[in-house]
Amino acid sequence: MTANIPAIPLGDAHHDAEAEYREEHLMLDPRPREEMNNMVLESMRDKSLSFWVTAGVLGMLVAVALFGAWGYMIANGMGVTGIRRPVFWGVFIANFVFWIGISHAGTFVSAILRVFKAEFRRPFTRAAELMTTFGLAAAGLYPLIHLGRTWRFYWMIPYPNQRWLWPNFHSPLVWDMIAITTYLLSSTMYLYLPLIPDLAMARDHSEGWAKKIYGWLAMGWRGTEAEFRHLNTAINIFAFAIIPVMFSVHTIVAWDFAVSKVVGWHSTVFGPYFVTGAILSGVSAVTMVLALIRGTMKNMKYFIRPEHFDALGKLVLIFSMSWGYFFFNDFNLEWYGGEAAGHAVMEYHTKGPLAWIWYGMLIANLVIPWATLWNKNVRRNPWAMFVIGFIINLGMYAERYMIVTFVLSRGRMPFDWGWYKPSLVELAISLGSIALFLFLYVVASRLIPLVPVWEVQEGQLAHTLRKIGRATVISVSELE
Amino acid sequence: MSEAAKEKWGMVIDLDACDGCQACVTACSLENNVAFAGEESVAYGHGMHWLRIQRYWEGEYPNITARYRPVMCQQCGAAPCEPVCPVFATYHSEAEQINVQVYNRCIGTRYCANNCPYEARTFNWFDFEWPEPLNAQLNPDVTVRRRGIMEKCTFCIQRIRRAEEDAKAEGREVADGEVQPACAQSCPTQAIVFGNLADPKSKVSRLARSARAEKLLEDLGTEPKVIYLKGGSDRDR
Repeated sequence: MTANIPAIPLGDAHHDAEAEYREEHLMLDPRPREEMNNMVLESMRDKSLSFWVTAGVLGMLVAVALFGAWGYMIANGMGVTGIRRPVFWGVFIANFVFWIGISHAGTFVSAILRVFKAEFRRPFTRAAELMTTFGLAAAGLYPLIHLGRTWRFYWMIPYPNQRWLWPNFHSPLVWDMIAITTYLLSSTMYLYLPLIPDLAMARDHSEGWAKKIYGWLAMGWRGTEAEFRHLNTAINIFAFAIIPVMFSVHTIVAWDFAVSKVVGWHSTVFGPYFVTGAILSGVSAVTMVLALIRGTMKNMKYFIRPEHFDALGKLVLIFSMSWGYFFFNDFNLEWYGGEAAGHAVMEYHTKGPLAWIWYGMLIANLVIPWATLWNKNVRRNPWAMFVIGFIINLGMYAERYMIVTFVLSRGRMPFDWGWYKPSLVELAISLGSIALFLFLYVVASRLIPLVPVWEVQEGQLAHTLRKIGRATVISVSELE
Repeated sequence: MSEAAKEKWGMVIDLDACDGCQACVTACSLENNVAFAGEESVAYGHGMHWLRIQRYWEGEYPNITARYRPVMCQQCGAAPCEPVCPVFATYHSEAEQINVQVYNRCIGTRYCANNCPYEARTFNWFDFEWPEPLNAQLNPDVTVRRRGIMEKCTFCIQRIRRAEEDAKAEGREVADGEVQPACAQSCPTQAIVFGNLADPKSKVSRLARSARAEKLLEDLGTEPKVIYLKGGSDRDR
């Protein structure tokens, strides 16, 4: 691990092949350790005017659009939203499901790719893990925001109280709360563990109070063999343990709907359908964030390369197909069931006044990825991937919006059918939670190293180019 | 009443007698301090009525008939609203065999309202105010609810309690017909009958055994305590 990077002889005959490999793969393009540390620290410390403007505007949006509008709603009542009989849930719940979906990005990209030893993950695991934590921060607000009496939210927490009353463990909302708390705590720890060596690196390159804080967070990390062994064991345990937690979280979110008696919600396929949709929107969001990081932060073009967008693009395509499979299982099988109430719900999707949302979702989630992502040139283009990721996230948001509000609009009794349109307050709060996510992300990008330098260096040590006869081949040694 | 019979208070509504006059809606709102939302809010979907008259058209013009069905909380024996509440604000009263909503426990998740197939629940969207002179007639037996809380028909539980207490004080059983919810009391065609379903001799039990009896969305297995009578022979359909 500590050995120097072997100098690779660059024979004339193989010079072109090797140069191509190096340009293509980060793992084959090692730079001296100190140089790479400084590259990451430079991007972290770069606080240009545009950073302050971005962070300031986002912070203002959080204060006004999120907390201002929320305060207005608390003071006046839920009536300021567009929620009305029979649609008792609206965009708040759609936002909740959406952000929980975004939070699946980190775990999927980081934990699952780590467990399967997908080497391309190395430079952006942290960028994805941050999305998990901040996605959960945005999602976790919504169960509070949507309460009629937010100030009594703690009655859902099991604690000995004067009312002599436990929460109702039959209620999916209590399962939700437990699942989200578990996921938030475990994903924060999972974010923190691989961060320790990088915090130590930041400590060794800082002065004054910053050195003290990084030193405290790094918990005296020295980088010895034993410390790395313990760290790798801990990360490994968390990577395996967090995967079932991730699946359980979105399954339980799906059960909020699926365990109900509502036609269009009561579906046995909702668990895996929601998990697949969450990973689709999450991985698409990772490509968006990576394109933004690569485009706006210093030195990131070295770490995040077209190969990474290429690999993520394949994942997005696969999950778009899986989502289509589950969509078919949910929607079309209801059609064949032939229940009148179910057909009323479906006709509201396909022929109702808001049917364009349904067709838009199919175009965004199926047509566009299938039409574009088979093409390597598209997958390797960061901004093309940004646009496709954005469209897919719009489509996935539309899916959640319809599951919540369309289904509730068409109950079992036609006399009580209704409809829903979000109000300005709801739109402001939704915009505010997007700003919250971005604000936390932008601030975090200037406080912690966004690239796990030690993991990149570890990977680069394991990768070598070898000459066998006339061919140059990539050789990867087994780590751990 | 035996322990095995999981029935107590019940209601029979004769749809053939209902002419959709809305007297029950008015009486219910006045008896139970149901907030006055105003015309615009009701049209928007913020109405608070515990009881509504569903109106369906049968046939094509000119041979068209209006059908009315008053729908309130069906006081299900297996209520979908109960298990989903995280804070036990809605739960089953074993003594009365009806669903009870505890206003002080409610935190306003509105999950119960989504899961109710009868759309029986209403939510306090605002702190509604009663316009004069309605503000002077609030019922002192019924809690006034504030914003952010779910509510619904209680079978006028305050009247049930009063009758039970009167009977207890006099050392007797509650007589058949002694308890009348506001809707039944105000119905000009006496389409609504209330009483003890566990007593086979009560009027409500006898009517519930009628061949015209049906329960709303009975196939869902919610075991409603409201029985509708429909399609009598006196009616040419």
